[in-house]
Amino acid sequence: MFKKRHLLSMREFSREEMDSVLETAASLEPFARGKRSDMLSGKILALLFFEPSTRTRMSFETAMKRLGGSTINLGSAEASSIAKGESLADTVRVVGGYADAIVIRHPKEGSARLAAEFSPVPVLNAGDGAGHHPTQTLLDLYTIKKERHLEGISIALVGDLKYGRTVHSLAYALSLYGAEITLISPPTLRMPDQIKSDLSSRGTIVREASDLGEVMGSIDVLYVTRIQKERFPDPVEYNKVAKSYRITPESLQQMNQGLIVMHPLPRVDEISPEVDMTSHAVYFKQSFYGVPVRMALLKMMLEDEGGQEQ
Amino acid sequence: MERELKVKPIRNGTVIDHIAGGQALNVLKILGISGTTDASVSVVMNVPSKRLGKKDIVKVEERELGEDEVNKIALIAPSATINIVREYAVVEKFEVDLPCEIMGVVRCQNPSCISNTQEPIKSRMLVKRKNPVLLRCVYCEQPLTERIADYLI
Ligand SMILES: [Zn+2]
Repeated sequence: MFKKRHLLSMREFSREEMDSVLETAASLEPFARGKRSDMLSGKILALLFFEPSTRTRMSFETAMKRLGGSTINLGSAEASSIAKGESLADTVRVVGGYADAIVIRHPKEGSARLAAEFSPVPVLNAGDGAGHHPTQTLLDLYTIKKERHLEGISIALVGDLKYGRTVHSLAYALSLYGAEITLISPPTLRMPDQIKSDLSSRGTIVREASDLGEVMGSIDVLYVTRIQKERFPDPVEYNKVAKSYRITPESLQQMNQGLIVMHPLPRVDEISPEVDMTSHAVYFKQSFYGVPVRMALLKMMLEDEGGQEQ
Repeated sequence: MERELKVKPIRNGTVIDHIAGGQALNVLKILGISGTTDASVSVVMNVPSKRLGKKDIVKVEERELGEDEVNKIALIAPSATINIVREYAVVEKFEVDLPCEIMGVVRCQNPSCISNTQEPIKSRMLVKRKNPVLLRCVYCEQPLTERIADYLI
């Protein structure tokens, strides 16, 4: 299904394809936890990170190594010197000669698509500026599926819904599963109208609220994102907003028993540490699930025909 | 030539008719004709038109427009018609039509877009709607719909 194909944005995934990634991920979870595998032995994955994102990079490295493959890496110093001199087009042509696939993270929007135009091997987008980050969306879906269920879920997206395209593509993906979506954000960080109407036109119920209290009780998943200080010209205003969107054990008391709280991490203080001890907190599991999900994509992209099914 | 054009007929060249009123100067900009040109150019602006209400007309002598140039005009004057004139007779007449993708004509308005860097690529815009024009950058997916003339390369 993904053989030799680039993975650039969630827009390219049908629901069937998402399901198949999630099923493969589930079957690989034992290997993600340490069971030995040589499914991708002899394969080399190149990690081109032009901006620091240590967790995403380590997650891909872990995924590749757990499947018996190996990785080559661009050190951060090399990355920045390349960023100054050589074009991205040249870099991927060179590195594509060394590796069986390339994972790219780059500060410019659309850079993964450019890399795909020049690369001789499949390109996997690990985040391009404010642009796409499809493996994050897939691991979010996997977490919701594992910890709750995907069909008809009621989810609240909290925080910066304007600039973070990760929440946009998650909302889009969930709309294929009949989700009910509640948007909770400060007035200046609301989800763009175009995305909201796009969701509604797919039959998704979209509601908007400006504080958490309004939606208590009816939510299965609380997806919290970071509100960046830079979005607010006035630090006093920022502190006020940040405080009112902070998740605490108290704010969760009126919530559904089975509610799960997700966060793409790293968090700053959107979720207080006391929440970690509650049964609601799934964000550390969520970050672990990135490994089987990335394993699934790598296996589907790279495994040789007739490769051993385990 | 039709009397309503209000400009004297040209012997050889191109007449661009049915330009939306007020867009003639942008058409000239797209054609690369600035104030210092030595080409013989006539412009008529805001004459009554049944189709458009008000329209502009541009006549360029001794120059037959190629397809690339025509596509560019469609970005800001989607209803324009092109008349190729030889020896005072219209030998060819066609409407401008945007292709589904245009390359290297309009730059992306997103300053963080990879297409606005030194990479060896041309800008690529998908035409999502022809009239009024709605473009979307192939790379960063940002839409472009207003003030397209400002983003001409
Ligand atoms: Zn762009």
